[in-house]
Amino acid sequence: MHTQRKGIHVLALCISTMWLTACDDKPAAPAGEKVVINQDPYPSTYQAMPSTPTLISNVNLLDGIGGMQEGISVLLQDGKITAIGKDIPQPENTRVIDGSGRWLTPGIIDVHSHLGVYATPETQSHSDGNEATAPITAAVWAEHSIWPQDPGFQRALAGGVTTLQILPGSANLVGGRSVTVKNAPNRTIQDMKFPGAPYGLKMACGENPKRVYGNKGGPSTRMGNVAGYRQGWADAQNYQRQWDKYYEDFDAGKNPAPPKRDLKLETLAGVLKGDIRVHMHCYRADDMGTMLDVMKEFNYQIASFQHAVEAYKIADKLAENNVCSAMWADWWGFKMEAYDGIRENIPMVHAAGACAIVHSDDDKGIQRLNQEAAKALSDGQRAGIDISKATAWQWLSANPAKSLGIFDKTGSIELGKNADVVLWSADPFSTYAQTEKVFIDGALAFDRQDPDSWPVADFELGQTGEGDAK
Amino acid sequence: MKKLIGLVAALCINPLAQAEKIAIVGGTIHTMSDAGTLTNQALLMDGNKIIGFVGADAVPAEYSRFDATGKVVTPGLIVSNSQLGLVEVGFSAGIVDSSADHSEFSPLGAAADVSYAINPASSLMGITRMEGVTLAGTSMNYTHAMFQGQGAVISLSGAEQPVVKAAAFMPLNVSGRAVDGLGGSRALLWPQLITALDEAMARNGKLLGLDEEYHGALTRADLNSLIQVVSGKVRLLVEVQRAADIRQVLSLIKRYPDLQLALSGASEAWMVAGQIAEAGVPVVINPESNLPYDFDQLAATLANAGRLADAGVSVCIGMNTHNARLITQYAGNAVANGLSWQDGLAALTINPARMLGVDNQYGSLESGKQADVVIWSGDPLEVMEVAEQVFIGGEAVDMQSRQTKLRDRYLHRDPAKPAPYTRP
Repeated sequence: MHTQRKGIHVLALCISTMWLTACDDKPAAPAGEKVVINQDPYPSTYQAMPSTPTLISNVNLLDGIGGMQEGISVLLQDGKITAIGKDIPQPENTRVIDGSGRWLTPGIIDVHSHLGVYATPETQSHSDGNEATAPITAAVWAEHSIWPQDPGFQRALAGGVTTLQILPGSANLVGGRSVTVKNAPNRTIQDMKFPGAPYGLKMACGENPKRVYGNKGGPSTRMGNVAGYRQGWADAQNYQRQWDKYYEDFDAGKNPAPPKRDLKLETLAGVLKGDIRVHMHCYRADDMGTMLDVMKEFNYQIASFQHAVEAYKIADKLAENNVCSAMWADWWGFKMEAYDGIRENIPMVHAAGACAIVHSDDDKGIQRLNQEAAKALSDGQRAGIDISKATAWQWLSANPAKSLGIFDKTGSIELGKNADVVLWSADPFSTYAQTEKVFIDGALAFDRQDPDSWPVADFELGQTGEGDAK
Repeated sequence: MKKLIGLVAALCINPLAQAEKIAIVGGTIHTMSDAGTLTNQALLMDGNKIIGFVGADAVPAEYSRFDATGKVVTPGLIVSNSQLGLVEVGFSAGIVDSSADHSEFSPLGAAADVSYAINPASSLMGITRMEGVTLAGTSMNYTHAMFQGQGAVISLSGAEQPVVKAAAFMPLNVSGRAVDGLGGSRALLWPQLITALDEAMARNGKLLGLDEEYHGALTRADLNSLIQVVSGKVRLLVEVQRAADIRQVLSLIKRYPDLQLALSGASEAWMVAGQIAEAGVPVVINPESNLPYDFDQLAATLANAGRLADAGVSVCIGMNTHNARLITQYAGNAVANGLSWQDGLAALTINPARMLGVDNQYGSLESGKQADVVIWSGDPLEVMEVAEQVFIGGEAVDMQSRQTKLRDRYLHRDPAKPAPYTRP
């Protein structure tokens, strides 16, 4: 029997007669009910759009895991990639797309977006990305801020982005939960949540938290930042012990009272249990080096450093610790902790055997992440780092998918994976290449040649420029 | 005569840095002049000037040769408007000369003059010039006042005197975002603007002397600065987005016939492209801006650049500072969305030179102009191609920067010692 009470699923368990007797002795206690917290109270209601079997023939394929093949065909059927090869038998009613001269890649996955939480138009009313009221706001969830009508989603789709992680901002030490979504905005945010994707937690190093809280009770220094993370994890450990004790006592038939639920510590404890992945905004090598030790002190895993402008200085340590770096190709200098940015950051991280990711953190940059990868690849090659285009595409799909915990579902063109693929007009490492067709779960989500089919956000309906080529 | 085998030799020994007479031989030379695109030619430079072109096999013996076979040669690129030389790190990092407090000396902000504030040793100069940018319009972007002072044209050579032209233009922001700080309504901003310009206009070009009694509303400093604007000596570069506001800006020409205008931002400019073209007003845009950042930019589109050029508008690309070097990518994306390739390169060369009023010396490869030349590995608008050698004033620039030194330190770090002991 499941009942819902203030978001908590209360599961009634009748295990033994003795236990039931104990219930009868204390009728005021939550007798006979084991409090189990629902880990998915806002479940995905995503549904793939209708699709027809589609064969993309004779195309240049970048499979996203380091392979490149020419003149290959790929079959998309029932939302999955069902065949890859030279001669593929076609099911009936298959739509055939001539891929001659075109390139097929996995859909781009951006691990760092604020679409929806900092939506356009950038009015104060839409500024929903930083809950800048306390340095640790692990209780907040980005999905509760996202405005699915943000026109930025459609622009990103035209740039080949099929999946994205939307994060809270970096004002806080702990900003709150991120969410991974399909780039298929609909009426509610649940409609675009990526089914089965684990939650992330946005954290931030360095200048931003100390600037925001320096005059609001602190932290006002980097050392204050680190004390804040550590106290947060220590509190989460304590909180988890209370729940562990509760379950232990309950299972021992002691009928304990459940601990008071704390949404902040619940999320932090979720990280310590390995259920929630940490994505941490850090620029400086020394900040990242400190966080690697905080990670070990409290026995959790940082999935990725975000921005990681100085990752090239400690790429070996990032590889050793299995932490991804999500980076820009060339942004630098807008603040002190971004002053040492270099163009070869991404290829140098890759060359050290660490996980490199190209990210945007920007509603324009997300539209051409392929070009960001191209710049990084070119700069790496010119610095003597031998990386192929096929290998570099891992920065755009496979590595992002791995860091988000969805690589079993998407992020490469392999049999059985979700049919999230992009057909490019030309080599996508060229400035002039454009997406021709973008498929999400096998459905044609964007077709450049068919303007009438382009998605238009509610906000843009009836406005100047509605339906224009954007 | 020194014969250079190729670029590697040029980079290693760099004998061209001291050479007086240099011939860039071969490659595809985009002159951005009436001469068009040349092949099998040599570009001759003597001192800081371009001499002209001769056949690749007719280079006079006294010229040092730079082999550009298989390369692309263009004029040095020009960033239309930036804060280069005025800012090192913008945020929480000390004085930033591109912004200023409200000033009693110049309440309208017209008298601020960045030509006093340029730092030629800024790390941004080396980082930007090695990627092919040799000249920039630079100005303030925040004065707590209506105008953002007098912008300058600067060379990125790193020379002691970076200012090529002081008081080249004066930025003014009349977009919705600027209105916020200027009374909160266009209904108040525009009468303020027109009243100030009328007062300047009433002087008939005569500057206010120190000994003159004056009863106008403007300070002497603002008045004399605005007289230069209404008389057309200093171009007014107006940041504006909404189509209706652009029409309002264009109407200033009727009031002030000598006014030299340019538009910047201009997300919705394509909607009034014909009127802009008819008025002969150049436009500086970020061609990648395609989102409705506010209600002034609902019609923003990647097609803006192409549509403007189709209507005959002179399009300039380049409004960035730390990454001013990305203008080639911006132009490439404009080309991918409808701008012709030649117009894309013009938007980085001859068009900004004209907009900034320095086209007699810069913006194209022509006899008598400054020898600012870039040799590219390929199509400069392609993201995977790079500037392989940059010449400013006829001198090969050092193709290193603070960033390449950081790169080289960590590419070749001696793990046995602390990092500061690896000296690239």
